[in-house]
Amino acid sequence: MAKRVGMEVSIAISEAVKLANVDVISAYPITPQTHIVEHLSEFVSDGELHSAFVPVESEHSAMSAALGASAVGARTFTATSSQGLALMHEIMYLAASMRLPVVMSVVNRALSSPINIWNDLSDIMAERDSGWVQVFAINGQEAYDLTLQAFKIAEDPRVLLPVAVNLDGFILSHVIEPIELFEQQEVDPFLPPYKPVLRLDPEKPVSMGAFGSPEVFIEVKKQVEEALIGSQKVVAEVWKDFGQRFGRIYKPVESYQTKGADTILITMGSITETAMTAIDSLREKGRKVGLVHIRLWRPFPFKEFLQAIKGAKTLAVLDRALSPGGVGGPVGLEVKAALFGKDERPYVAEFVAGLGGRDLTVDTFIEVLDKAEKYSQKQKDFQYELIGVREK
Amino acid sequence: MAKVDAMMPWKEVPLGGTILEPGNARKFKTGDWRSKVRPVTDKEKCIKCGMCWIFCPDMAYDPREDGYYDWNGTYCKGCGICAKECPKDAIQMVAEGE
Repeated sequence: MAKRVGMEVSIAISEAVKLANVDVISAYPITPQTHIVEHLSEFVSDGELHSAFVPVESEHSAMSAALGASAVGARTFTATSSQGLALMHEIMYLAASMRLPVVMSVVNRALSSPINIWNDLSDIMAERDSGWVQVFAINGQEAYDLTLQAFKIAEDPRVLLPVAVNLDGFILSHVIEPIELFEQQEVDPFLPPYKPVLRLDPEKPVSMGAFGSPEVFIEVKKQVEEALIGSQKVVAEVWKDFGQRFGRIYKPVESYQTKGADTILITMGSITETAMTAIDSLREKGRKVGLVHIRLWRPFPFKEFLQAIKGAKTLAVLDRALSPGGVGGPVGLEVKAALFGKDERPYVAEFVAGLGGRDLTVDTFIEVLDKAEKYSQKQKDFQYELIGVREK
Repeated sequence: MAKVDAMMPWKEVPLGGTILEPGNARKFKTGDWRSKVRPVTDKEKCIKCGMCWIFCPDMAYDPREDGYYDWNGTYCKGCGICAKECPKDAIQMVAEGE
């Protein structure tokens, strides 16, 4: 069985990519993503990984080269953060619409300005509607597991969509955690080589990414939408297979201490484990609080989410991205939309916190839960509250 | 994707809008939005050099057995590049209907 090794989470991800036997890695370094691709380039240079490593001149090129590689049928990986992801923006949509199963680690970091290298989710939230499957890891083991699973999900002929594995910059990417590493012979049966349905082949020429007039554009987008919605079934199958082989069970939405909970905190990403500590301390004091964290962000698992929050009177949503001039953050928006029109729906208190790497401590989550319960009692009418902002 | 092939249900559109058949741009009848002029070649001046055929950005000239080039209105937008490039000024842009 697998061995447990203490290692930096970024390094663990590069180990997962190596086990996936990728054919092409195209990447440009950006903090805090750099360690992942730096370590992969070492594997390639040392002859431990037989991949083409393309050191491009920008993230726009990194994603473009990844698409080209994927189009000829190569298993392709890239990684980025923040401004790098923003520079990939236009190619992100192409990857999904051209049905190219690129896998990318997105090491979440705030978008400038002010220039900031620390963590929040504003980078990936700007790519929310790109058509990618998007998952969020809460710890190093998940980041490692989700990376391996991502290739199997992306390359399934029923999906054929790119997958973004999100992990928080620094607070997850740069910490050293015990990671259970797999052996190559364990991974190979789980992840066989990629068999493309369509590819660029001189023997059988096709054109990809061509002009699509108004007569056909909507039909192509409909295909992407159906494939993305349908991918949830494949994600579930892959997670079941993974669970049977490796013993860890993954679900699109996870519940923690929600039994009998009146108030449920909603989180995404590595802040979840800190939030669990807050829930534990409040439970010890007899408070009926619980936690739900969303692992699968796109496609959004509406059914599983509604099931997970069933019975709660109050939801406290903690967003780490802001939609200025809107209703708060993207997760709050999604949660409110999921509940709209339901006969019984909890009061939703939306909070935005942790922008640009501001620390989110156990006390922050307790503050958020306290406020949510207070506002719920008064049925306070408000859009959202920005936590931790200095007024004077 | 050729316009004539495009009116298909979404499930039948090739994956990601990929074009499976090479050269199917021929099926686009793009000449139907031509500007109000078209090229007319004076066969007396024409030296069969083929510059009109080479420079045409679409497929508006077809080579003939006898060396001349036939104009094909199916693809001509009336851009006038052929008239500009003709070394013998054998091509004139004339108003539609003349």
